[in-house]
Amino acid sequence: MSNIQPEVVTTDRIVNERKETHFHQFWKEFRKKKPALISLFFILFLILIMIIGPSVVPYDPAKPDYNRVLESPTLEHFFGTDEFGRDILSRLAVGARLTLSVSISAVLLGAVFGTILGLVSGFFGKLLDRSIMRVCDVLFAFPDLILAIGIVAILGPGLRNVIIAVSFFSIPSFARIVRSATLETKEMLFVEATRSIGASNRRIIWKHIFPETVPTIIVYFTMKVGTAILAAASLSFLGLGAEPSSPDWGAMLSKSRDYIDSSFHLVFFPGLIIFLTVLAFNLLGDGLRDVLDPKTKD
Amino acid sequence: MKDEVLIDIKDVKKHFPLSKKWFAEKKYVKAVDGVSFSIKKGETFGLVGESGCGKSTTGRLINGLIKADSGEIKFKGKNLANISEKDWKKYRKPMQMVFQDPYASLSPRLKVKDILSEPLKIHYPKMPNDEKKKLVTELMDKCGISEFHLEKYPHEFSGGQRQRIGIARSLILRPELIIADEPVSALDVSIQSQILNLMKDLQEEFGLTYLFISHDLSVVEHISDRVGVMYLGNLVEIARKRQIFEDPKHPYTQALLSSIPQPDPKKKRETIVLTGEIPSAANPPSGCKFHTRCPAAMEICRKIVPELKQLGREQYTACHLY
Repeated sequence: MSNIQPEVVTTDRIVNERKETHFHQFWKEFRKKKPALISLFFILFLILIMIIGPSVVPYDPAKPDYNRVLESPTLEHFFGTDEFGRDILSRLAVGARLTLSVSISAVLLGAVFGTILGLVSGFFGKLLDRSIMRVCDVLFAFPDLILAIGIVAILGPGLRNVIIAVSFFSIPSFARIVRSATLETKEMLFVEATRSIGASNRRIIWKHIFPETVPTIIVYFTMKVGTAILAAASLSFLGLGAEPSSPDWGAMLSKSRDYIDSSFHLVFFPGLIIFLTVLAFNLLGDGLRDVLDPKTKD
Repeated sequence: MKDEVLIDIKDVKKHFPLSKKWFAEKKYVKAVDGVSFSIKKGETFGLVGESGCGKSTTGRLINGLIKADSGEIKFKGKNLANISEKDWKKYRKPMQMVFQDPYASLSPRLKVKDILSEPLKIHYPKMPNDEKKKLVTELMDKCGISEFHLEKYPHEFSGGQRQRIGIARSLILRPELIIADEPVSALDVSIQSQILNLMKDLQEEFGLTYLFISHDLSVVEHISDRVGVMYLGNLVEIARKRQIFEDPKHPYTQALLSSIPQPDPKKKRETIVLTGEIPSAANPPSGCKFHTRCPAAMEICRKIVPELKQLGREQYTACHLY
């Protein structure tokens, strides 16, 4: 056994020099993606606002001030005031909680169901796979927003139903992408090795295949949040989502479009914040994909 | 004890369908086309052949990773060929596999300790954690991996070390049969001998039986007691190692052996160079499958499939020459 020693020793040394977790490796690569990094900070900032927003805003977002109606941006009101004299900056900050929580929870819901369907579909294959994928194809055939409007029309307006509608149209895309990752992972040797030690299907799916699909899910999740914000805002804009008086970004945009000629800032700032947030989520998703999913690299 | 037959397979066939189109002519790849052999307890049976000859499929058939189309696979006298997937759990415990590619056979997102204790979790769900850990550490020590590697991930190891982990995983349930599917062919030559010696030591210690699948004759010569030579889904020769390497009967075995490089340049030996490619298993030649490349092919070889004939004590050859 003495001839074994050299190999063990040399490898130990190398391993100790680069004692890296998966996260360290990820961060080293991710740091180089500047747009994604900036987006990440922007999103973290938004999440911070989401949490502490209501307690730090300078004005009460719901309290009207009829002396200062439709005021352009000033030093007192950075983003100006709306038709009731409410501070737009404060309303946007408070609305972040509404808009982001609706979109993120909708995508989360869609991701959970889509992932389960995708794993089951990809792993078991055959008739089950075909039926799940054909149902997804049917859902894919509808444009996202039309499908969401249809669902809200059936369930009735309101934020809860917006969440259901938006999650509903994210399910098939998650199902499809997780299925393809599952199909690929299922053929790998370590899955066969796990089966050969007597593991059940459930164990193989959860402990061995699911972790392999997580990077794909994270990337897709980030990109889908952007889409969901846009969809939720669109639904609110159409009057199918948040109550018109609430500081939801889409609802704010909708209400202020009557003043687009006279007070441009009323439309501009909610639109800008929606645009920047969606852009940030997409850029973050792009960056994550480059790092986590090396196959798509050029 | 010495002569107890652990595994006995008879006329096992596995044909993979080629085309899934509805009205197309059904074509099959005859990966394993009627293979029979038995392995005694405590022995090492080497299975050799070119790539694509069905040796890995044979290993997977025994372990039930692939279901046989026909034939008998008896483990300790119990036919496993048509038991349900549920019952397999019980029979996989005494027969474990070691895989060819140590870079692909370990789950990349599990720590070594989780990889090694997973078989225990599956088969002994009630075992307390510290007992599991004790068993894992003990075995790691025997396989030459130090204890502080427990918290590491597979990507932090070299190929040789990973294969040690793969071997440790196959041993943790104290199996009787190890199906080793080219366990060293992905490793450097210097590491190969370490792993082979480790496997020999472990065999002695745990009284293991090996089905050792390889395309590398010198590796098989090093470790096997008996050797089976496969060609296009059939066994063409089975014999004790000595008989195979000193007095091969089948022309294919002779050709394979003459391809082993000689360490001594002064020693001249006749090399038999086989012409032509290995025929497709989807469309194998008639009669003896080897007749298209056989230097000693006769008229009869084109028509009649040769059976395995006993030539000497424990030497069987499927050839019309004898």
